Amino acid sequence: MRNPIEQLNKLFDSRVRIGIMSALMVNESLNFNDLKALIDVTDGNLASHLKSLEENSYIKVQKGFIGRKTNTTYTMTKAGETAFRNHLNALEAIIKTTK
Amino acid sequence: MHQEDMANPIKTLQDIHSIMERSARFLSLSGWSGVWAGCTALVGAAIARQWLQQASEGFFYEYSNSIPIGETNGDYRAYVFRFAMLAIVVLIVALAGGLFFTMRKARKAGATLWSPASRRMVFELAVPLAIGGIFAFVFLYRGFEAYIPAICLVFYGLALMNGSKHTLSDIRYLGFFEIALGILCLFLQGYGLLLWTLGFGVLHILYGIIMWNKYDRQAIKDKA
Repeated sequence: MRNPIEQLNKLFDSRVRIGIMSALMVNESLNFNDLKALIDVTDGNLASHLKSLEENSYIKVQKGFIGRKTNTTYTMTKAGETAFRNHLNALEAIIKTTK
Repeated sequence: MHQEDMANPIKTLQDIHSIMERSARFLSLSGWSGVWAGCTALVGAAIARQWLQQASEGFFYEYSNSIPIGETNGDYRAYVFRFAMLAIVVLIVALAGGLFFTMRKARKAGATLWSPASRRMVFELAVPLAIGGIFAFVFLYRGFEAYIPAICLVFYGLALMNGSKHTLSDIRYLGFFEIALGILCLFLQGYGLLLWTLGFGVLHILYGIIMWNKYDRQAIKDKA
């Protein structure tokens, strides 16, 4: 049997990225402030984690405006969803083997 | 960070679960909101009952036999208008109190009141409620006020069932019972106020106590 720890996705090591992906799993799209309130991080920290998820095309970014203020919304891509589900399955597998 | 997460997959899954739950559902609805709304409804219903009794003893029945239809009609309109105003005041007081207790609970839990989940919940609630409001208004206008308690109960129940997807799922059952009372109200004549009182007063108080017991009390214990 393959070691489930190897199945874990390195990109999902951080609490912030896990938080972003979890929130986007159950919401069609969220904006920067929604995510910030949910995960409780600083702007810079959140932005850098969003950037790396975007570079791996796990999330999609849409820039828009509400009035004159910018409103950037994030959605999960199909690839991101698959990767996150695999990561969750691996976590569950690890729990099962350690029991 | 890396090592820590690897070492504790259970904690990671719990975090994921918690974020999904918090971002998909608005969980700060307070049990006290239900109790408050129910008590407000009971007071409103008591006033309405008083008015109905006064009307049946006093001017209303005497008038309707002795005065030409045109004039009674005017009195009748004013009489119905008074009930409509009472209903609106009850609604505002119930909503304001409900909002207060829910805000308080959200503040204590460090949650935001205006989140994507709460926005969706409000929208899902508002659609059936607005349609129900239009129905109630038209029925009242056409002189079918006997159906108004049934309309209120049924559309309110539908709104709750609709909104339950985005908040505590228990609200679904409250919605179901409201609809059941509303349908009963369609068939039972002359029990409108009684069924309205059961639905908006008694059910809300019961629901509030059950919710408080199930969620709020636990939160207080956790803190202590």
